[in-house]
Amino acid sequence: MTGQEVVFALLGVVAVGSALLVVTTRQLVHAALWLVVSFGALAGGYLVLTAEFVAWVQVLIYVGAIVVLLLFGIMLTRAPIGESADLDSPNRWVAAAVAAATAAVLVTVLVMGFGDERMPLRAGGGSAEELGSAVFRTWVLPFEVLSVLLLASLVGAIVLSRSDVRTKPDRAKTDRTKPEPDGEPEAERDGEPEAAPDGEREGER
Amino acid sequence: MHLAYPTVVAALLFSIGVYGVLARRNAILVLMSVELMLNAVNLNLVTFDVWLQDRLHGGQVLTLFTIVIAAAEIGIGLAIVLLVYRNRRMIDVDRLRDLAEDRTDERPDRPASPARDEEAAR
Repeated sequence: MTGQEVVFALLGVVAVGSALLVVTTRQLVHAALWLVVSFGALAGGYLVLTAEFVAWVQVLIYVGAIVVLLLFGIMLTRAPIGESADLDSPNRWVAAAVAAATAAVLVTVLVMGFGDERMPLRAGGGSAEELGSAVFRTWVLPFEVLSVLLLASLVGAIVLSRSDVRTKPDRAKTDRTKPEPDGEPEAERDGEPEAAPDGEREGER
Repeated sequence: MHLAYPTVVAALLFSIGVYGVLARRNAILVLMSVELMLNAVNLNLVTFDVWLQDRLHGGQVLTLFTIVIAAAEIGIGLAIVLLVYRNRRMIDVDRLRDLAEDRTDERPDRPASPARDEEAAR
């Protein structure tokens, strides 16, 4: 075992262990925080694999943005802060069996297929310079398509989470007939704080 | 470095994500498990990029694209989850059974709530 393998094995143990805690913990907020640990350990693994730029993007986007968005979602859905007993569905033994079967098949195939292959680790192979020239020379068309996709998802998220985009005539009608319908004030009250994650999302991109 | 280390880590992460998607009831936890599966795929992409010494860096560039798509997916997914929460007051995926096959016969006699009307109008 070389030093790189030792470091990668340790980081992999941390990543897999915290991922296990993500799917088994009884506290929602702890699940999001264990996700940070898992993604951080994976970023370290990318560094060991000489993919520096991917590692920093992983830290920026996953740890910085996606986990924050998930925490926003947890808080906006008014999840209980402490332990909640019903986070797992009753069929989780079936789920565990399926996951164990998936792990067995994948690990067997990968170890049998690539078990004695060695990969050369060349420093600087995934630096920002190399990846930048690859993106803007070879992969520039998918890059641009991806920016259109991001714009579409941004517009979609805003339209989905704003409650006053297309239902304005509807609401005026209900307000006229029924001054205080039971479902409406809640929806209106929730419409306000959801502007926050949108702003967050815009900022990230 | 042996190729077995990163690929085995990726396989284990992927199956943990599968377990989370199947076993969790909270929709946000399901989204977190999907993120775990996407990360496993990313690790595989980087590993095989480094192993093949791809001069075009296809694997790492595709990893960056996957990360961006994951960000878009989590944005849309959370917006949908928040919309479900606004209409139903819960995001328990086991109890969101309006599209289930076995309840179609009891749909007509159920009174429609204003929240459901608002959702249908969208």
